[in-house]
Amino acid sequence: MDLSYNPEYESFRDEVRGFITANRHLAPKGAGRASRPSPESVVWQKLLIRHGYTARTIPREYGGFGADPDILKSRIIAEEFAHAGVPGGLANQGISMLVPTLLELGTEEQKRRWIEPTLAGDVVWCQGYSEPGAGSDLASLKTSARIENGEFVINGQKIWTSTAKEADMIFCLVRTEGDAAKHRGISYLIFSMQTPGIEVRPLKTMTGNAEFNEIFFTDVRVPIDQIVGQRGQGWFVANATLGHERGMLGDPDALENRLLALIDLMRQEQVDGHRVIDLPAFRDRLGSLQAEVAAMKYNGMRVLSSQIKGEPGGMAKLIVKLQACELAHQISALAIDALGELGLLYHGSPHERAHGSWQWNYMFQLGLIIGGGTAQIQKNIISERGLNMPREPRLASQGER
Amino acid sequence: MDFGLSQEQQMLAESVARLLRELCPLNHVRNVVESESAVSAQAEAALAELGLNGLVVPEAYGGLGLGMLDAAVVATALGEAVAPVPFAGRKVLAPLALIEAGSDAQKANWLPRIASGGVCFGVGLQGLVTRRDGSGVSCADGRLTGLALFVLDCEEADHFLVADDNGQLYIILAQSEGVEQIALRTIDATRSICGLRLSSVPAEALRDDGGKAAQRIIAAGRILLAADSLGAADAMIAQAVAYAGQREQFGRVIGSFQAVKHMCAEMAARNEPCRSLVWYAAHAFDAVPEEAPLMACHAKSHLGETGRIIARTATEVHGGMGFTDLLGLHYWFKRIGFDRQILGGPETVREEAALLQGWIARAA
Ligand SMILES: Cc1cc2nc3c(=O)[nH]c(=O)nc-3n(C[C@H](O)[C@H](O)[C@H](O)COP(=O)(O)OP(=O)(O)OC[C@H]3O[C@@H](n4cnc5c(N)ncnc54)[C@H](O)[C@@H]3O)c2cc1C
Repeated sequence: MDLSYNPEYESFRDEVRGFITANRHLAPKGAGRASRPSPESVVWQKLLIRHGYTARTIPREYGGFGADPDILKSRIIAEEFAHAGVPGGLANQGISMLVPTLLELGTEEQKRRWIEPTLAGDVVWCQGYSEPGAGSDLASLKTSARIENGEFVINGQKIWTSTAKEADMIFCLVRTEGDAAKHRGISYLIFSMQTPGIEVRPLKTMTGNAEFNEIFFTDVRVPIDQIVGQRGQGWFVANATLGHERGMLGDPDALENRLLALIDLMRQEQVDGHRVIDLPAFRDRLGSLQAEVAAMKYNGMRVLSSQIKGEPGGMAKLIVKLQACELAHQISALAIDALGELGLLYHGSPHERAHGSWQWNYMFQLGLIIGGGTAQIQKNIISERGLNMPREPRLASQGER
Repeated sequence: MDFGLSQEQQMLAESVARLLRELCPLNHVRNVVESESAVSAQAEAALAELGLNGLVVPEAYGGLGLGMLDAAVVATALGEAVAPVPFAGRKVLAPLALIEAGSDAQKANWLPRIASGGVCFGVGLQGLVTRRDGSGVSCADGRLTGLALFVLDCEEADHFLVADDNGQLYIILAQSEGVEQIALRTIDATRSICGLRLSSVPAEALRDDGGKAAQRIIAAGRILLAADSLGAADAMIAQAVAYAGQREQFGRVIGSFQAVKHMCAEMAARNEPCRSLVWYAAHAFDAVPEEAPLMACHAKSHLGETGRIIARTATEVHGGMGFTDLLGLHYWFKRIGFDRQILGGPETVREEAALLQGWIARAA
């Protein structure tokens, strides 16, 4: 166990701190939930890229900073921005999922065309995977693309697509090989959301906002070179990036910051003349969550260390999405309970706390427990890959899974 | 930056585990406890051979001079094997108390004998955490009077390390006049626990530091109990997964039923972050001492909670077999139960964590 950083890293940390102190006045305020980055966010993003504080290891020719991969430096950057309460680089689906996919499997032309504007926040993407009939069982998706005159012609429907309304582009799974087995008939296409034949209908969620959408495709024509990987390989292309999404959902700094906000809340809020934290039942729940957040923090450091050594993360990594999403949800739940009837206030009501964000988070985090591989699917993965337990026996009628 | 065990720590864990697999399998544990003992002589001898009596005793006093993370790693291996071996109190807390609060002369007198196994301590600190049934110890004219309950590692103890109600630490001779040992029988037959009724017992005081050393020793004890619970939980998960891979019902192994898989996945998902928490708390004890009391509380409370869930879930996975004495799963169940309560159950320890952080003020 060596938790010290050698001098190179210590001075790097000082550098990051210096940058934050000198520039924090430029950081966008309330980066919040807007799915299309604000003009200030884009300016901030570009400044961060220029200094290597985001898109750090992405090659310069694709608009990144071009540093050698150094997991520890990336970690230091994340830590310092989180501690300072200053927004770090953008983390949308384009940056977190599409860019790594293109870097790994895109053509040179695709990399040059799409990575830079995506990183800069100028091009926003949405992820068109789920369909009404294909959620957890994503590989059973039916949206089809036939080939006609050197173009894919797409018909079908996607659902639960976050940011589809604001997005410029979509990375989308479609069935191109109708006769192939379920996992082998899929292709990964990228195309503009302005293409004729696309209709986006916002879906209002339980939070009262429309965080996601339905997309309908009617004879949407996409040039044949806008495929990533080969025809029929889309499942494997997509899987190359699902791991990135799960990483995005298990950020230990985010958990720690939520917990600190909860502690502040419980120290400040009063009920019957007592601070909530003075009430033993609430204090005890807070203590439980704090211990659990600590466990996840050190679990994260352990995963990080194995990454640095190039070792697989094992069980410590497999459990992150399941545990972190649940814990985040529990933190919001306690905040709401600590506020009691005040915790119900929403929609900008008088007496509302933190702009209703505890309620919003409580609801949205349930969405995160479901999205990106549900809790049950995570448990399937943990038991099968982590504990080597048998897979579900296949029904005779089902064919290949 | 490297969060994890060193090569040496991995080797230490592996050699203790290997030794216990060989000398202390479940049927041996059973034989030991059925003979009304909580000490496996053969495991003790082999562990002494490895130098475990002096694990944390500085090299200058004939020990290995290792730290809390090393001790935690050993505790995990012992928990995994439900080994009847007096470890936390006798081999770690007693020497630590001398290291923290002994004079040079006291260290020179006691530490080498602890390292060689020449003296065997029991450790009574529970009264500083919770006082029940009239427990409490006071000192007058160098003599101790009162009742200490839940003294750890009593079997074969020739000396006791005992705290008075002010947190001052003392050493007493087990054979002194005025020492009455009360055998306490807990659910966990692999640990030997007693009460001490003390009537004006002559005592050797360690340095009076206002109870600081005692608090530090309690933190160490909590970390070790958490580490023990981690090992016991590891073993229960492994047994549940193995059993689920063999037992057949409805024409298939029960481990292919999703309900069973999900029970196992939940146990693993809860348990794995606990490992990092225990490691960090142990690391902090030596390297970041200002964080150690809080981290010890976190480890103790969280492992207590997680351990309880794993103990019952792993038992459930075994069906009726899990409930039997035959399979012996209950040894781990009870070990985890013991680790949860001693030196403060989760609620008690979380309250202390709240005090430590100034969430609330200490009652006057
Ligand atoms: C907030 C949010 C944002 C999202 N954003 C996007 C997006 O941008 N793009 C996109 O493509 N998708 C998105 N999704 C969709 C998300 O990936 C799916 O909702 C998710 O994969 C689950 O699919 P489903 O909704 O069809 O549920 P179902 O698969 O129908 O699941 C329903 C229930 O059945 C359980 N279940 C299903 N299969 C199994 C099994 N094999 N074993 C055990 N239990 C099972 C599930 O765990 C769940 O409890 C988003 C979802 C949410 C909530």
